[in-house]
Amino acid sequence: MKAAIVVFPGSNRERDAEAALTQAMGKKPLMVWHRDTELPDVDLVLVPGGFSYGDYLRCGAIAAHSPILREVKARADKGMAVIGVCNGFQIITEAGLLPGVLLRNASLKFVCKNVRLKVETSQSLFTSQYEQGQVLSIPVAHHDGNYFADERTLDELEANGQVAFRYCSPDGEFGDEHNPNGSARYIAGIFNRTKNVLGLMPHPENAIEPLQGSTDGIPLFKSMVEALS
Amino acid sequence: MKARVHITLKSGVLDPQGRAIAHALGTLGFGGVNDVRQGKYIEIDLNERDKAKAKQQVDQMCAKLLANTVIENYAIDLVD
Repeated sequence: MKAAIVVFPGSNRERDAEAALTQAMGKKPLMVWHRDTELPDVDLVLVPGGFSYGDYLRCGAIAAHSPILREVKARADKGMAVIGVCNGFQIITEAGLLPGVLLRNASLKFVCKNVRLKVETSQSLFTSQYEQGQVLSIPVAHHDGNYFADERTLDELEANGQVAFRYCSPDGEFGDEHNPNGSARYIAGIFNRTKNVLGLMPHPENAIEPLQGSTDGIPLFKSMVEALS
Repeated sequence: MKARVHITLKSGVLDPQGRAIAHALGTLGFGGVNDVRQGKYIEIDLNERDKAKAKQQVDQMCAKLLANTVIENYAIDLVD
């Protein structure tokens, strides 16, 4: 598998993502600067977390209209795999690769902690190494992670099996007290219709070493390597 | 020509910042505040002199970048 990480001014998790991909692939991914208009020939593009362009206007909005993102979108439309984490989720959603939008957290507070996620499906190139219903411990670190879409879009996401992860309790139960940001239907991550694009707010790249308190992020990267090699 | 663009949240979209402002106003003793919705105001200085063309141009700016029409409405006001 060949992978690239797109780096914007203000990205800050690109090195973490590089470490996670290197661990899973056995070689380093390419780092692509946002001013590059040519996207190398890769199987996967990762859009990392951070505060691209200072989150000016709306989080992810400026990065979503950069030349490199247009190229990413064109390739994704042809089937290339794309994963957006945190700010990357906001960027690819603003770019129209995924439906809905990430609003300010309902609490208005920046949330930085480990949360539990329930794997909604193992039927995807991103989640095949998990069991459906498995509960993961993965950290979140964001101010704008409150997933919003109109009711019809939410119903469509559920009907098409496009919900990848939901926030839950350690026992896998859903409830407002386990929802760190107020997301609609406890949604933490979604696929596009063809399931070659995943966006999620939590940081699987920060759960790859025992020292980080969890290694539950590893299977996500291994799933991608297995599917795309 | 100048364009003044107001961007507001659609009704039904939760506005926690507006709610926090309403709460703070109450704390300051301003009674009778039913609701607060926060938005954005953007001023754009344009070369275009033709009002219809300017309107069309700013409309595209709003749809493409300035507003996210999933959650926001926009209103354009042109002044010479």
